[in-house]
Amino acid sequence: MKRFAGFFKKELIHIIRDPRTLIILFGMPFVQILLFGYAITNEVKNARIAILDNSKDEVSFKLIDKILSSGYFTMSEYLQTSAEIDHAFKQGEVKLAVVIPERLSEKLKRNELVQIQLISDATDPNTGNTLINYTSAIIRDFEFSRSENLRPVLINPEIKMRYNPGLKSVYLFIPGIISVILMLVSTMMTSISLTREKELGTMEVLLASPMKPAQVIISKVIPYLFLAFGNALLILALGYIVFDVPVKGSLTLLLFESLLFIAVALSLGILISTKTDSQQVALMISLFALMLPTIILSGFIFPVENMPVILQIISNIIPAKWFIVIVKGIMLKGIGIAELWKETLILVGFIFVLIIASVKNYKVRLE
Amino acid sequence: MVIEVENLVKKFGDFTAVDNISFEVKEGEIFGFLGANGAGKTTAIKMLCGLMAPTSGRGVVAGFDIKTQREKVKRRIGYMSQKFSLYDDLSSYENIMFYGGIYGIRRKELKKKAERLIRKLGLESVENKLLKSLPPGWKQKLAFSVALLHEPSVIFLDEPTGGVDPVTRRQFWELIYETAIEGKTIFVTTHYMDEAEYCDRVSIMVNGRIDAMASPAELKQNFEVTSMEDVFLKLARS
Repeated sequence: MKRFAGFFKKELIHIIRDPRTLIILFGMPFVQILLFGYAITNEVKNARIAILDNSKDEVSFKLIDKILSSGYFTMSEYLQTSAEIDHAFKQGEVKLAVVIPERLSEKLKRNELVQIQLISDATDPNTGNTLINYTSAIIRDFEFSRSENLRPVLINPEIKMRYNPGLKSVYLFIPGIISVILMLVSTMMTSISLTREKELGTMEVLLASPMKPAQVIISKVIPYLFLAFGNALLILALGYIVFDVPVKGSLTLLLFESLLFIAVALSLGILISTKTDSQQVALMISLFALMLPTIILSGFIFPVENMPVILQIISNIIPAKWFIVIVKGIMLKGIGIAELWKETLILVGFIFVLIIASVKNYKVRLE
Repeated sequence: MVIEVENLVKKFGDFTAVDNISFEVKEGEIFGFLGANGAGKTTAIKMLCGLMAPTSGRGVVAGFDIKTQREKVKRRIGYMSQKFSLYDDLSSYENIMFYGGIYGIRRKELKKKAERLIRKLGLESVENKLLKSLPPGWKQKLAFSVALLHEPSVIFLDEPTGGVDPVTRRQFWELIYETAIEGKTIFVTTHYMDEAEYCDRVSIMVNGRIDAMASPAELKQNFEVTSMEDVFLKLARS
């Protein structure tokens, strides 16, 4: 235990005295969260719209008012003729055009079918779709509030976006960022710090001491477990404070699962360090061989279900994929271990496989 | 005998790195372990230190078997590698405390030892400076002293004078003598043939075997040459 405390102190000193490590460790989560949270977003705010109001009566004014007060749109221009629609789009500023037919209030009074035309710029399909959905919802809502008493008998789809009703993309990114950062930081830090001891020749001295090889490795790795755990807390806190991302399920379970995932990443770091003696190589492997697959194949940004089958199969060996399912489940859906036991077991399985592979590798090199 | 080795063999696949070596080292002796690069010195040292298991043969270091009692062997030996193996971003005091801690020396005792050591090496003025700011000669002395912290009976030095100037090397050898006089056994590998002259006895390894083993004076006499360098060259050429 005392030996362990000595190690802990030593590793902390290494980190504190090396600004680069400090930046990787604590700067990266900040930058990533702010980047993903603010810059990379699928939400649409203040999209410019054009309106062609052919009725110009009481109801149409109310409808326009309702659309504009939603916060999603800003008025770009009032059009006078349908010919101007094309021009407005080609100017490139207008993302959506709303065309209101003639004599709107009259037709509604007579219970006639009214068609409001929504035209969107689909050069960016996602944005186009989102805008159409927003506007349709607003119009439906308007229709109901107007005809409270004489509600027509209609089949109306009632749409609910569960677990993230505001469709906030930051809800998706926080679980993703936790996985990517924990993976990178833990794997990179352990593999680098282990290979560093090899480069310095201190590893030999440590192994020549009465400590067993496993004790040496564990003592070296445990400090990083704590650091990565601190990192996870930092990300959760940032998500909660800056972006109001809730933790609906059990925080204890979430932290426990994070520890498991960190252990997976640390084991991977150990495995890498048994394969190479150079810090450079260790850094390259952890950074490039891990970062891209983790970001792309884990379902962090691109849904795994939409990938070709072969990539879906490969994605199963990305530990982050399973952890993201767990984090999303706990944070957003509020589910517990009863639903997530399979993913949890898979993480445990990763730890075992990686540790066994590391021990085998290590033995091959020694014997 | 502090070190007894009998028919020690280490094979890596088809390659025999250490080929059936046998020797003994007495208490308080300075034993030079010479050989060209790749002759098998490092592999032999690793086996003696319990870092690597021998393929066959027997070895006893400080009273313990190097095959079956590795942990006990490690407790009784000191090891210093050619890279000095200290942490550059730790101060000399922190280095001493860390390594002492690994050997399980109790904190109170360790603190006293650290203070005594720093005074002995004349490092008082720089004890809290990071090691990277110290000249190599001081690091080398510190590394040697750190390897002695837990009072081992044998100390293994793997090319301890690589990369330091002749004056510093000379000073370092004085330190080795002092330690040997205290009764500790020194097992040292080196590339420098002048250093071989300082040893009580040397063995010269060629292709995994020990081709010659005697005191430097005897070796020079046997090979009819005047310096250890010539002994070495004669062996290497034959």
